[in-house]
Amino acid sequence: MSIQLVTDAAQAEAEATRVASPLAVRGLTVSYGQTPAIFSVDMTLRAGAMTAIVGPNGAGKSTLLKAALQVITPLAGTVTVFGQPLERMRDRIAYVPQRASVDWDFPTRVIDVVLMGMYRQLGLLGRVRAKHRAQAMRALERVGMTDFATRQIGQLSGGQQQRVFLARALAQDADIYVLDEPFAGVDAATEKAIIAVLKDLRDTGRTVLAVHHDLATVPDYFDDVVLLNTQVIAAGPVAEAFTEDNLQAAYGGRLTTARVDPESAVG
Amino acid sequence: MGPEFVALSLTPLLIGICVAVACALPGNFLLLRRQALIGDAISHVVLPGIVVAFLLTGMVATGPMLLGAAGAAVLAVIAIEAIRRLGKIEAGAAMGVVFTAMFAGGVLLLERSDTSSVHLDVEHALYGNLESLIWLDANGWTSLTDPAALAGLPVELPRMALALLVVAAFIFLFWRPLALSTFDEGFARGVGLRTGPLGLALVVVSAIAAVAAFDAVGSIIVIAMFICPPAAARMMTNRLGHQVAWSAGFAALAAILGYVLAGYGPLWVGASASVSAAGMIATVSGIILAVTAVAGPHRTRGS
Repeated sequence: MSIQLVTDAAQAEAEATRVASPLAVRGLTVSYGQTPAIFSVDMTLRAGAMTAIVGPNGAGKSTLLKAALQVITPLAGTVTVFGQPLERMRDRIAYVPQRASVDWDFPTRVIDVVLMGMYRQLGLLGRVRAKHRAQAMRALERVGMTDFATRQIGQLSGGQQQRVFLARALAQDADIYVLDEPFAGVDAATEKAIIAVLKDLRDTGRTVLAVHHDLATVPDYFDDVVLLNTQVIAAGPVAEAFTEDNLQAAYGGRLTTARVDPESAVG
Repeated sequence: MGPEFVALSLTPLLIGICVAVACALPGNFLLLRRQALIGDAISHVVLPGIVVAFLLTGMVATGPMLLGAAGAAVLAVIAIEAIRRLGKIEAGAAMGVVFTAMFAGGVLLLERSDTSSVHLDVEHALYGNLESLIWLDANGWTSLTDPAALAGLPVELPRMALALLVVAAFIFLFWRPLALSTFDEGFARGVGLRTGPLGLALVVVSAIAAVAAFDAVGSIIVIAMFICPPAAARMMTNRLGHQVAWSAGFAALAAILGYVLAGYGPLWVGASASVSAAGMIATVSGIILAVTAVAGPHRTRGS
């Protein structure tokens, strides 16, 4: 009986953590065809922290993000935002998809892309007013792209495209920022600029979740980490969860090619 | 531009313009979504739908024919999805298989059934009969205000105008979600947009334009107008709103120029008979595309 009581207490505590969490997923399972891409993933973000999702190729990192935002429909699992169902809390979340997921030849300008971030504010037929444009320009200013506002998006470099995507999310003025590989294929200056913006978001109480590839920068950039390989291998503060043992478990034999420095990894 | 023009040329011209613009407008989004073949598919599968409707009712009436065409379009969309998912076949190939098979089925049905008493044949399905949609009750521009004469307007004109209105209203109302989900479907879903039903609505609206146009002008114009004016417009601008406006302009230009060239072009070069207006309109739209591809200001991306 006493064991039962302890379990109940632990469950109650876990439940309380989930309710307070900006984004909590439970039992999330997604399958493309026969094999599951992610299986029964539990993830509870800490408010005001920057969390990295790390794992080998094909581990289901992007899938986890998309399923958590119901961009793809999971087979099973629940998603809560501050304890509420996701659908009621869409305004609180800003999503930055992978840059490569869209056609950059699309006939549109930088400012128009950023204004897309205000879709929920503008609605179906709401006029784009001066205050909306000002909000979009402020977002572009934060990523250093004001000079490019009227450029066609096809003229941008990879790093500039990524900054525009981030600006679109900033224009949403959300509480939770979810980014899919924000540093993939960007120049060093852009990486620095993006991480500065993300840290600024965290320092103003926002929660950041990003799929991240470069193991070496995880301790520098992030507070928490989720090691994923279809299932969650380990999760928690970087100092506790980002250990060599856990990395070996997540990456298997492939870690040697990832060239992680164990010293900085546990740092 | 005397009474003869009003009676013989005004209504075919207007119908041609309505068809061209009604197909070009949704064509912009289909093209940007890399679904341009959908217009092609819909306009082909309309034929078996119309033939089946004729066989069931025994008459060439608008209502049953439109229903049959719409039913065939829905069946085709389901079949394409089924082949794509169950057979794991690429979408373009699935569309190609479905619409050629259904069109061929329609041709066979047409051959085997007795449609000699009515105006329904393969040629009609391809080229329509734009030149015959004349307004015999008109005897000058004043007829436009004469209720008695207006009652004699070919029924295709108000029907096509209504289809154009539906298409334009849909694109105006859903402009923002259409643009957003066409550019970045993942982000659109992230802000809670239901992109599935929206994409389906776009296909349905395209089908309405194609089905309404089919009866008046056949499938050749429909196929050309879904693709050529939007593709040409893309070469003229780097902004979606401007592209849609250009495409409407190009579509109307192709309709007018094509109609005039079909009627008078052969005479200018010494031939005696006129040629099919539908064929000429489609040809002109192709020439516009060729010209913009060579000389359009934004034919290379990122410029």
